[in-house]
Amino acid sequence: MSDTGEYGHDVPVPDGVVRDGVVQDGPQEPPRAPHRVIGTPPPAEARTLLGTVQEDTRPPVQRELPAGPADAARAKRAERIIAALFILSALAGIGFIAAYVGLEVGTNLDAVLRSNLALGISMAVAFLALATGAVLWVRTVMPDVELTEERKPLASPEATREEFAETFREGAEASGFVKRPLLRRTLILASLPLVAAPIVLLRDLGPLPGTKLRHTVWRKGLRLTIAATNAPIRPADFDSPGAMITVIPEGYANDDDAIAKAAVIIIKFEPGQLTSPTNLNWTVDNIVAYSKICTHVGCPVALYDQTSHHILCPCHQSTFDAPRGAQVLFGPANRPLPQLPMGTDSQGYLVALSDFKEPVGPGFWERG
Amino acid sequence: MSWITVRRRPIAGYAVVLLGLIGIGGTYAALTAHGSPASAAAPSANPQQIGQGRTLFVQNCSSCHGLMAQGTATGPSLIGVGGAAVYFQVSTGRMPAKEIEAEMPRKPPVLNDQQTRAIAAYIQALGGGPPIPSAAQVSTAGADPGLGQELFTENCSQCHNFVGAGGALTQGKYAPALTQSTPTQIYTAMQTGPEAMPVFNDTTITPSEKRDIIAYITQTRTEPNPGGFSLGRIGPVTEGLVAWIGGIGALVLAALWITAKRRVH
Repeated sequence: MSDTGEYGHDVPVPDGVVRDGVVQDGPQEPPRAPHRVIGTPPPAEARTLLGTVQEDTRPPVQRELPAGPADAARAKRAERIIAALFILSALAGIGFIAAYVGLEVGTNLDAVLRSNLALGISMAVAFLALATGAVLWVRTVMPDVELTEERKPLASPEATREEFAETFREGAEASGFVKRPLLRRTLILASLPLVAAPIVLLRDLGPLPGTKLRHTVWRKGLRLTIAATNAPIRPADFDSPGAMITVIPEGYANDDDAIAKAAVIIIKFEPGQLTSPTNLNWTVDNIVAYSKICTHVGCPVALYDQTSHHILCPCHQSTFDAPRGAQVLFGPANRPLPQLPMGTDSQGYLVALSDFKEPVGPGFWERG
Repeated sequence: MSWITVRRRPIAGYAVVLLGLIGIGGTYAALTAHGSPASAAAPSANPQQIGQGRTLFVQNCSSCHGLMAQGTATGPSLIGVGGAAVYFQVSTGRMPAKEIEAEMPRKPPVLNDQQTRAIAAYIQALGGGPPIPSAAQVSTAGADPGLGQELFTENCSQCHNFVGAGGALTQGKYAPALTQSTPTQIYTAMQTGPEAMPVFNDTTITPSEKRDIIAYITQTRTEPNPGGFSLGRIGPVTEGLVAWIGGIGALVLAALWITAKRRVH
């Protein structure tokens, strides 16, 4: 059995022997880092996490239980109560079946509610009475004696582990896994692409967003329409200072993905109220258009206070100064609401002059 | 025609022409009330009502808004705000105000409906503006609460909560709950934009769409809302809180009972 050295647990390897293409150098006294082929088990003497087997030398535990409960009269009373609870549980269980079979559900909402109530109450009573009876049984009828039983060692006996290792060794030798390196290495080679496959599959989970987050559907000449009614707006219609309305791009009323980024609020001001850094070339008759998507985390920001001219975000109280380019006055947003370049078309309706000049919504690109 | 021709006095002719014009105008307004209610809804103000309104204004409002409603340091000018603004402020009890607050609270109105309308007529006569809508203009009969809900969600719910339960704003201001608002009050609030609220004029949100919004607000009130505090219908939160605290407490007690040491008898 000179070959047992292959499994590295008892034969010291002579100095300078070339085995499996590896030069074993240095004295091996005692053998450190035993040479072991991939896929074979560690020697049985190796440490395990399960501890070692020790003989249990303690005397066997006394298991003498009392013949009956300490208080016989009390147990007798409790027995009746427990039996009553079990009968109640049985009746409730029958009631559950009766409710399930008997109560029509159909499409009537009230009937569904009645049925659910009856089913729920009967099932709750059935389980609760059963459990209460069981606990009472334990607490009143059963003897109350504490027994201690030590936990046995988890590791298998030494002989069993030796036998397993031996069986494995024999199997490995018979299979030629060790003696035929060509087979072993090609088998390992075959598994490598399968390990790599999930990486390729994961990489292919949907296309990258590309520049989608930087653009909205607004483009030159696209009309602003009132959300929900989809009516285009003339500046003369939107002529009350202090007015505000949510608008969406014309034709995108049913495209939630587009509106999620392209929603806009327009606000009408008194002449002279709008000042820098609002881009006045992008306003029409003191009407200004800002993105409705908060630059903090993208909540719809439309709490417009027409006395202070603040636009407030309901999520985290970011406050924007509407007449001055929607600059941030307060809160976690760190960038003004983007202003939509706005003009009028040949029929006098409000239109976009282009897309937003900067991305709307949270500032993901500033962190990247 | 005989009842007209009986009257031979010259002034009768003018009266007939005037009545005819009013009749045509009224019919036209009734037929097109959908489109331009601002002109159609002009209340039939008579000099007596305006005079009473002026008296009431001087008694109740002029200390802040000025004897001629021109405004002072404490109250804005009311010239041009229209009867709708007066109706909203006075009928909800916000005006006359006891003191200047961050937000005027709703309280039982000081002036009755007839007095309110008199002041509204006076302010209307001073400088125009949106008048008080008629009962027909705020009727929700045939209105579309679905469209109303969409409009409400887009433009109102940020402040007033999605069922009109109200919400907090900055600097002590708040968007009041709409649970007690009458249709006329909701309509006039949208038209005039009281305090911090933006204006939603009739050419942006048409009168028909305003009725849809009113229909949504009033219909939502009647929806069943079982349980404890509804918290603006955000869900069974209070019931959940009770169930968690009470239920888990009961479970803990039950666990204690199951494993408790039995008393030695």
